[in-house]
Amino acid sequence: MSTGPPLLRVSGLDAWYGDFQALFDVSVLVAEGEVVAIIGANGAGKSTLLGTVAGLLPRTAGSVTFDGRELAGMPAHRRVALGISMVPEGRRIFPSLSVEENLLVGAQARRPGPWTVAAVLELFPLLGDKRRRGGSQLSGGEQQALAIGRGLMANPRLLLLDEVSLGLAPIVVRRIYEALPAIRAAGTTVVLVEQDIGQALGAADRVYCLLEGRVALEGAPTELDRDRIAAAYFGVRA
Amino acid sequence: MTTANNLVQGLLLGGLYALFATGLSLMFGVMRLVNLAHGDFAILAAFLALVAVDGTGVHPLLTLAVVVPAMFVLGYLLQRGVLNRTVGGDGLAPVLVTFGLSIILQNLLLELFSADSRGLDAGAVEDTSLALGRLNVGWFPLLTLLTGAAVLAGLQLLLARTRLGRALRATSDDPEAAQLVGIDHRHAFAVATGLALATVAIAGIFLGIRTTFSPALGPTRLIFAFEAVIIGGLGSLWGTLAGGMVLGVAQTLGAQVSPGWGVLTGHLVFLAVLAFRPSGLFGKPVTT
Repeated sequence: MSTGPPLLRVSGLDAWYGDFQALFDVSVLVAEGEVVAIIGANGAGKSTLLGTVAGLLPRTAGSVTFDGRELAGMPAHRRVALGISMVPEGRRIFPSLSVEENLLVGAQARRPGPWTVAAVLELFPLLGDKRRRGGSQLSGGEQQALAIGRGLMANPRLLLLDEVSLGLAPIVVRRIYEALPAIRAAGTTVVLVEQDIGQALGAADRVYCLLEGRVALEGAPTELDRDRIAAAYFGVRA
Repeated sequence: MTTANNLVQGLLLGGLYALFATGLSLMFGVMRLVNLAHGDFAILAAFLALVAVDGTGVHPLLTLAVVVPAMFVLGYLLQRGVLNRTVGGDGLAPVLVTFGLSIILQNLLLELFSADSRGLDAGAVEDTSLALGRLNVGWFPLLTLLTGAAVLAGLQLLLARTRLGRALRATSDDPEAAQLVGIDHRHAFAVATGLALATVAIAGIFLGIRTTFSPALGPTRLIFAFEAVIIGGLGSLWGTLAGGMVLGVAQTLGAQVSPGWGVLTGHLVFLAVLAFRPSGLFGKPVTT
């Protein structure tokens, strides 16, 4: 973990999802170059947390700063220009755009950096021979790879991955996660939301576990034993 | 021979209807917004051209150079200032707001220009024709069709090949995901409305040269535009041209039977398409 100011600082965050409060006083620190996993059960507030950082959801209290800059009130598209890119839950591929166009549209913010169509296709070779296909004609795993590639095309400093493994076969999930070291090597900081605890613990430097909208546990995977994680995940007191 | 002539006239008239319909189709395609004031904006553009012609004495076709960009800006500001507040809801708000806009525009034009019918005089191009064997093809209807085809081709290229076009299509697919790739969806919507009003401005000026216009004419034009879009099929620009041509042919052939039958025949063909092929001649089949 590098020293210096954190790339992302979430402090005292309250946020609402529709009519119910999804986050209570949540604080998260992410240093540049880290891979941080947010785990938790369904409805624990993981996706709301990412949505608030990406600018899709409003917050009612607390602050979110990126590289020392307060993001309050900044719309999502301007956060992309700053270097925050989110791969949304459910992939959200643009169905009327081809695979290549889905990647090109990811570079809409015109941030310079290592990620180009060629670099993404090298990272995910399974997309290579499908460049001209429509985005909706891909399998779930291909769509997930494309969604991550689209997110990378913005050359983000911070990549937010929401529920990458949801609905995918384990072998496909493994292939997607195999891309993570290359993304890291390019200097990108990653925050991933994951229901698959094993996958998250294997990939992350640090883990936050959310329980009913509050941070129940945080630490490096090596410091955390299974019982504590289970307690934080399910809310069962040991 | 009269029938053949009318058939050609009808096809050419389709070019004008396509110009009217394109913007309507674009706005619906990008933001699911039905602009009930679309026809009134065409009439507004015709009056703007009239003011320019009266003020400077230039040829009406030259006013395109000023009126079309002006209407683009008006469309952009209208979307940013008003219509963006109505999209994303249940779909009723934009209908009510554009219906209100339609009434405001009609009354504003009535106040400024009276209810008199006016026309744009384009001189010789209006009443000379090209003799093709025994068919007479008017230069101006031919120019209208070519302009319509050129506008559609340009728009098609813009949407298919450019960065802006990609952004518009992505926003149309999923406005929230579009924001996540750095697209300002409000700006994209405004550009779409700007383009829509720019194309309908061309339609309005060609209409003004072809025939006379008055402040209350917008809604009729809106209905023809709707019919061209539905006959051609939503989401298909070339379908819109075909839809305009089908409507144009139906109207001219109907009018050949009896002058009062022209518009009615157009409506009947439209109804037949709705009944037997609701997704239009070139639209994708409705699956949901």
